[in-house]
Amino acid sequence: MSTLLEVTDAHVSYGKVEAVRSVSLTVAENEIVTIIGANGAGKTTLLSAIMGVFPLKGRVSFLGEDLARYEIEDRVARGLCLVPEHRELFASMNVEDNLQLGAFRMSKAHAARGFEHVYTLFPKLKERRKQLAGTLSGGEQQMLAMGRALMGAPKMLMLDEPSLGLAPIIVAGIFEIVAKLREEGVSVLLVEQNAKAALKVADRAYVMELGEFVLNGKASEIATDQRVAASYLGFAEAAAS
Amino acid sequence: MNTTILLFLLQDGITNGAIYALLGLALVLVFAVTRVILIPQGEFVTYGALTYASLAAGRMPGTAKLAVVMGLIAFAFDLYAMRKTLHVPKIARTFGLNMVFPVIVLLASLWAADQRMPAGVSLVLSLLIVASIGLSLYRIVFQPLAHTSVLVLLIASVGVHLALQGLGLLFFGAEGQRGPTLLTASATLGSLRFTGQGMAVYGITIAFIVGLWLFFGLTLYGKALRATAVNRLGARLVGIRTTLSGQIAFLLASTIGALSGILIVPITTLYYDTGFLIGLKGFIAAIIGGLISYPLTAVAALVVGIVEAFSSFYASNFKEVIVFTLLIPVLLLRSLAAPAVEEEKD
Repeated sequence: MSTLLEVTDAHVSYGKVEAVRSVSLTVAENEIVTIIGANGAGKTTLLSAIMGVFPLKGRVSFLGEDLARYEIEDRVARGLCLVPEHRELFASMNVEDNLQLGAFRMSKAHAARGFEHVYTLFPKLKERRKQLAGTLSGGEQQMLAMGRALMGAPKMLMLDEPSLGLAPIIVAGIFEIVAKLREEGVSVLLVEQNAKAALKVADRAYVMELGEFVLNGKASEIATDQRVAASYLGFAEAAAS
Repeated sequence: MNTTILLFLLQDGITNGAIYALLGLALVLVFAVTRVILIPQGEFVTYGALTYASLAAGRMPGTAKLAVVMGLIAFAFDLYAMRKTLHVPKIARTFGLNMVFPVIVLLASLWAADQRMPAGVSLVLSLLIVASIGLSLYRIVFQPLAHTSVLVLLIASVGVHLALQGLGLLFFGAEGQRGPTLLTASATLGSLRFTGQGMAVYGITIAFIVGLWLFFGLTLYGKALRATAVNRLGARLVGIRTTLSGQIAFLLASTIGALSGILIVPITTLYYDTGFLIGLKGFIAAIIGGLISYPLTAVAALVVGIVEAFSSFYASNFKEVIVFTLLIPVLLLRSLAAPAVEEEKD
């Protein structure tokens, strides 16, 4: 497996506060990697900085190419795509328009195939295709955010807290889709507070605390690690709220 | 009140209101997409009107040269921004847009000024000249400031307004000009006389509004522009460049401004600074629409036009005072009704 995303010694600051300190990570092709950690550990900041939303000190390379000089839009064009925590949908536009814009830089034929693909993964979106994105339920909005990202045929999808505020049954459905995406050749970098579910679907995991990675390894090993079990698994529900 | 006078004033108000509506819609569009409050909209009106009048009178307008100079600066900016990645197709694109296009328009206007072309040719050339100025203006002034606050953008906007107005004085002199009418035919219905120009104002305004509606509702670029207005980060995350949306918004705004000017200049004499006042009335409509709502802005613009027509009949000295006073109750109501909104950060 070749490396898709490689982050080396990344630092991200909000003014004087350094929210992410000296973080390194890799994601290979066809791999699901998760970053788990408590609220405020810097996970969302890290993902946004990899996407180019915040400036990042250190090196981020994608498919062997340094991303430093690229804006968000150029990173999207290279196949890196972020589904942000707040989803950032076009609330006053309908589901179909949201999806169509997801394929903004693709050809018409690509967009048509994208629609078919997304509607197969999320049949619910097809039912609601004329409904305004802002009027969808939380779960449907998450599906739309993922669907919109998939319309751009990304090589790697970064999902920020996809389970946030959703009912357990919907969360299960979303994680099923994540597993399915890997089969289709899309790598996933998953940030989650719901460590249990994330570790179940992921190949490898990083544990983040106060802006630093304190542990990493195979997801199955992390899941049985004493410290992780104590701080994230047993009390995952309490930590999330 | 005399019915004939009433109808006449209404007709006059609606004609002016239609033009304010176009300007107001452009202001709402530019603000939604770029957060710029476009004070120089009025200069687009003046430039459009006086360029048209000059061309029709066989004079070469200075705006065509300004378009070339601004295109050159915009091209230099683009080259500087691309210095690390010298990507040939991109350079070719900016060269075509910022250099070739204004130069062709300049040559065409030099030729047209000599030939005394029909009004339609002058109209198209004027639109192209002002559109090119609008596009370069975004590249030179507002694109480098895109990440700053609304206040900084507003101050830059005022600066651009003053600069363009000064250039307007330089190009067109202090005397007013009038342009030829687009349609000379006229019709009488009861006591009302419909001039060809009045009909052209209605026709073009309606066509433009329908066109904009189709553009935003049906085309991919129109939707991308709406997406940027609704959620800037979301738009960037699907690969829609903020600069592309900004360019389209400024292109539309400058074209709309110039078109409004061309529609008015056969009706009233325009001076180098008249556009500002006309733009401000579009601005009132846009404010009543909360700088968000297109339909509310269009309706408000008609109200502004009608109020203006009646006040110029009954109290012509207070015409502007009455129109601008409309703002006070609206702002009061809005500030009472709406919760305090923090400035958007991004």
